[in-house]
Amino acid sequence: MNAPLPSDPLDAHIARRAADRPPAVEVLSAEKIFANGTRALAPIDLTIAEGEFLTLIGPSGCGKSTLLKLIANLIQPSDGRILWWRGDSGQVGQDGRGLAFVFQEPTLMPWARVDTNVRLPLDLADVPRGKADPRVSDAIARVGLSAFARHYPRQLSGGMKMRVSIARALATDPNLLLMDEPFGALDEFTRNKLDDDLIKLWWERKLTTVFVTHSIYEAVFLSTRIVVLAANPGRIFRTMTIDEPQPRGQDFRDSARFAAYCRELSTWLAEASLPSASGATP
Amino acid sequence: MKPLLQSETFVRIAAPLAVGVVLLAVWEIGCRLGSIPVYLFPKPSDIFASLIKNGPSLLRALLITLRITLQAFAAAVVLGTLIAFMFVQSRAIEVSLFPYAVLLQVTPIVAIAPLIIILVKNTQLSLTVCATLVALFPIISNTTLGLRSVDPGLASYFRMNRASRLKTLVRLRIPGALPYFFGGLRISSGLALIGAVVAEFVAGTGGRSSGLAYEILDAGFQLDIPRMFAALFLITVTGVLLFGAMVGLSKLALSNWHESELGAEA
Ligand SMILES: Nc1ncnc2c1ncn2[C@@H]1O[C@H](COP(=O)(O)OP(=O)(O)OP(=O)(O)O)[C@@H](O)[C@H]1O
Ligand SMILES: [Mg+2]
Repeated sequence: MNAPLPSDPLDAHIARRAADRPPAVEVLSAEKIFANGTRALAPIDLTIAEGEFLTLIGPSGCGKSTLLKLIANLIQPSDGRILWWRGDSGQVGQDGRGLAFVFQEPTLMPWARVDTNVRLPLDLADVPRGKADPRVSDAIARVGLSAFARHYPRQLSGGMKMRVSIARALATDPNLLLMDEPFGALDEFTRNKLDDDLIKLWWERKLTTVFVTHSIYEAVFLSTRIVVLAANPGRIFRTMTIDEPQPRGQDFRDSARFAAYCRELSTWLAEASLPSASGATP
Repeated sequence: MKPLLQSETFVRIAAPLAVGVVLLAVWEIGCRLGSIPVYLFPKPSDIFASLIKNGPSLLRALLITLRITLQAFAAAVVLGTLIAFMFVQSRAIEVSLFPYAVLLQVTPIVAIAPLIIILVKNTQLSLTVCATLVALFPIISNTTLGLRSVDPGLASYFRMNRASRLKTLVRLRIPGALPYFFGGLRISSGLALIGAVVAEFVAGTGGRSSGLAYEILDAGFQLDIPRMFAALFLITVTGVLLFGAMVGLSKLALSNWHESELGAEA
């Protein structure tokens, strides 16, 4: 059923690197069939090592969001299981095992100022104000919005709102950051700017990040590893490792290697979208 | 500083005022030219004179009507909000009780007012009950709608963070419902006044009331048409002021974030 992983030397390389660090998330033959019978994911095996920046990319409807939600423990697999830090979901949220999810939309409370919005997860977890406030202003500073802490969401641009949403995720001091097309609605210039900020944050904070995008450039720029999914049913088509010095900046975007990665990824995506790549022939 | 004519607030106050002055002038001049008798259709100046002459009694009547209106409005807000909270607790409660709220809404108050006035001995109280029944529905339906209209993204964010029912209510549902709630307040404040006056009419025909409606009835019996108009004028002014107060309140509460209350700069 599963498309066999190509046995090129890259994969041996991945295996070596992943073994260097303990896994943050292990997806073990996890499968998802929705109540209406849609087989969104065929059994998937995927190990995400601590500190990795892993990007899921693939044609629309191939199950990227579903896989991310499984990893976030927002939905349960129909079969197989997911391990977080080698244990079950019970330990998610413990010290050093925080998880934060950033949606495609900023999903801010329009009636609350930026700082109140960022403090929301801490308020919901009953963190006392004295402890929460420094973390909130730190998170707001990290996304460069200190001057806007007392503004309302409607007074911010789309990109700024998205940054507030990221600050809200950072305020919980997560170890695992899951993002579903967070910059999908933004123009390319703003997106590049936010990508630069994100990769810096990821590097400074040693975050493990799982990122979903439709943009080949964004995937290549950010990721240490890219997983290309194919649809019907959703499954891993191929995996690409981007072994480039960190933290990356504009010089990487301008490099010939960047263009080469993009070209190859784009070919893979085209292959993954072909009907012949489909596993399930009705 | 913008020129006065372009200032939003100035135009909003001055334009309707100008229309009012013109209408009053046409009315006054028309009555004078046609020499229409006062007992048929009084001139604005007659009404104004009557307002001054009957000032004390009209004012007393106004206070009575106003008290009933405010009591009923307050009761409707408290009761309506509580019922709305009950409705959103479970679909079953809402489905089984909402038709009765609608029933309440479509039953004409003049039809049940006599019954209530007979059943409730205290006139003040019976009038308040009538007016409350009239004012209740917009609060219930608007607040229920508001409490249900939660942004699905935010709702799943709260769920993801394992927020308790109470926290979700206080931090998500209630703030999100405020614009709807204030919309309900605006409608309901006017209805409370209408309900109070209608109930007074019904009670007044039995000689058991003394509010503005009674003044109108009494003036009608005595063919004192200017006094009738003066009372009517007071009712209208009260309604407008109530509505204005609700608009101000909603502005105060929502001005920072809700589209409906954003000024021209937004
Ligand atoms: N709650 C659900 N119930 C039934 N089917 C669902 C549900 N959620 C997703 N699906 C189906 O599962 C498949 C994968 O959906 P998913 O949202 O994971 O795709 P995606 O890769 O994120 O797509 P996109 O790039 O458009 O966001 C689709 O065929 C979709 O119709
Ligand atoms: Mg998706």
